[in-house]
Amino acid sequence: MTGVRMNTLTIRTPEGVVFSFVLAGPVVRFLAWQIDLACIFVVSSVTTWLALFLAFASPDIALALWLLSSFAISVGYSIALEWLWRGQTIGKRLLRLRVMDEQGLRLQFSQIVIRNLLRFADILPAFYLVGGIACLVSRRAQRLGDFAANTIVVRNPRTREPDLAQISAVKFNSFLAQPHLAARLRQSISPQEAGVALQALLRRDSLDPAARLGLFAELAAHFRQLVVFPQEATDGLSDEQYVRNVVDVVFRSGSARED
Amino acid sequence: MIIDLPKFVSEEQRYWTELESVVRRLEGDPGYRMGLEEVKRFHYLYQRTSADLARIATFSSEPEIRRYLESLVARAYGEVHETRGRAFRLAPLHWFLRVFPRTFRRHSAAFYVSLAATLAGCMFGGLAILLDPDAKAVIMPLPGLAGDPAKRVEEEEKAVGDRLGGVKSTFSAALMTHNLRVSILVMALGLSWGIGTVILLFYNGVILGAVTVDYVLAKQTAFVAGWLMPHGAIEIPAILIAGQAGLVLAGALIGWGAPVSLKMRLRRIADDLLTLILGVAILLAWAGLVESFLSQYHEPIVPYPAKIAFGAVELVLLALFLAKSGRSK
Repeated sequence: MTGVRMNTLTIRTPEGVVFSFVLAGPVVRFLAWQIDLACIFVVSSVTTWLALFLAFASPDIALALWLLSSFAISVGYSIALEWLWRGQTIGKRLLRLRVMDEQGLRLQFSQIVIRNLLRFADILPAFYLVGGIACLVSRRAQRLGDFAANTIVVRNPRTREPDLAQISAVKFNSFLAQPHLAARLRQSISPQEAGVALQALLRRDSLDPAARLGLFAELAAHFRQLVVFPQEATDGLSDEQYVRNVVDVVFRSGSARED
Repeated sequence: MIIDLPKFVSEEQRYWTELESVVRRLEGDPGYRMGLEEVKRFHYLYQRTSADLARIATFSSEPEIRRYLESLVARAYGEVHETRGRAFRLAPLHWFLRVFPRTFRRHSAAFYVSLAATLAGCMFGGLAILLDPDAKAVIMPLPGLAGDPAKRVEEEEKAVGDRLGGVKSTFSAALMTHNLRVSILVMALGLSWGIGTVILLFYNGVILGAVTVDYVLAKQTAFVAGWLMPHGAIEIPAILIAGQAGLVLAGALIGWGAPVSLKMRLRRIADDLLTLILGVAILLAWAGLVESFLSQYHEPIVPYPAKIAFGAVELVLLALFLAKSGRSK
């Protein structure tokens, strides 16, 4: 089952799991196509040079091969690369785009060929006007070729296996010496507040020093209001350390702490 | 609910890594077949990772893990739930001799519509030349066709040497690529609910009918038949098949009385469109060779009866191939 919200395609599997794809808009797709056009130009130039060399032996054969190879490259470039790279061309790869089946199923060879051949209709009357308008008005940002082939183009976020080492480095947490207050903190903090604190810690190295100080001061002030720890637990703690302690209390259960 | 994130990740990460390696192998080798135990394990990993995603989805504070799991589950989902045949495999002879003619026959109604649109165009073009000879200047796409047929035939038959000497291959390649572009466009215009496809087929018919009647009226019937038959016997049916593909696409879009959704209808015809247009490409490659190496040579170099007979044999063989090849005995 699928649903569309804003520029996102959400798929609900029969198991009840929901995942979503970010749809690529016409501008970024147009940029990817420009990169691909440049690649087609480069490959065609190479074949032109090869044809020029072959022309010394037979100008007729050389010109015929050049015509055929130019046609094959212009039509086959996207088909071949999207098949070999599972929905990506060089332009799409650089801009982190990918062609996908509309229902999240495996992309078939026939879908790739159809979406690329029907480009002949999308480019009409010039400069991708038909395809561009279709892409703009379509709920799934599909040009006509995508519509007929049941494909979508998605933006592929950079995914990597999670690294939580950064938040598990708290050697001593003075808040845990007050178990009743730590429990109250866990109870009173909302998942959204906890999430903000976690993200602030995970991204702290990418912040400007002044912004970093300001952000942690604000967060620490907020958490200080939620639960008031005694002075011996907070003495000498910087705002950032205060937030680290909060995150440590919230995200690590008692059993994990005893390890 | 706030879960113990480090514990959750450390416990589950090995299953995610294992699932990712299985998915990568399946994606990298479309022909790969898993054994029963591998399938069971893959299914277990998929369900476990799906459950992890469901768990983390309620927990909005770790978008990185959620994105990673969404991407992983999405890739595995495509492999688990795909019910269509495995990926494209190269078996060209089997495909050309069995799959292509069967596909053609399965959509024969669309072919007849394509033929009817072309014949209607032929009649219109022929009648236009017959009733209003001045229309010739408007209808004929090339200046060479707008002249007097008798004069052209006289000039062509005067030529004793090889008119296309040194450019035959180039001419052939140009014909192939041009005709294939037109055929792909004819198919692609099926997206206009078939209107564009029918217009192009009709226009093609208009030119064909106009040229034929023009030469027949000028008493050059043998020439025009000998000129058009050798390559036209294959080229015209090829364009009709491209029109057939466009109309199949249009039929799926319109879906008269079909009890299935638009998406499903389009999904069902995807392989057939691919088959038809690849078949068209092969036919046009042959037609391009024949047009360059035979059609452009006239009497006294090649006798017209021989050219006409060649075209007739081609047409009969093509008809037999499309009608009979790949039928179950």
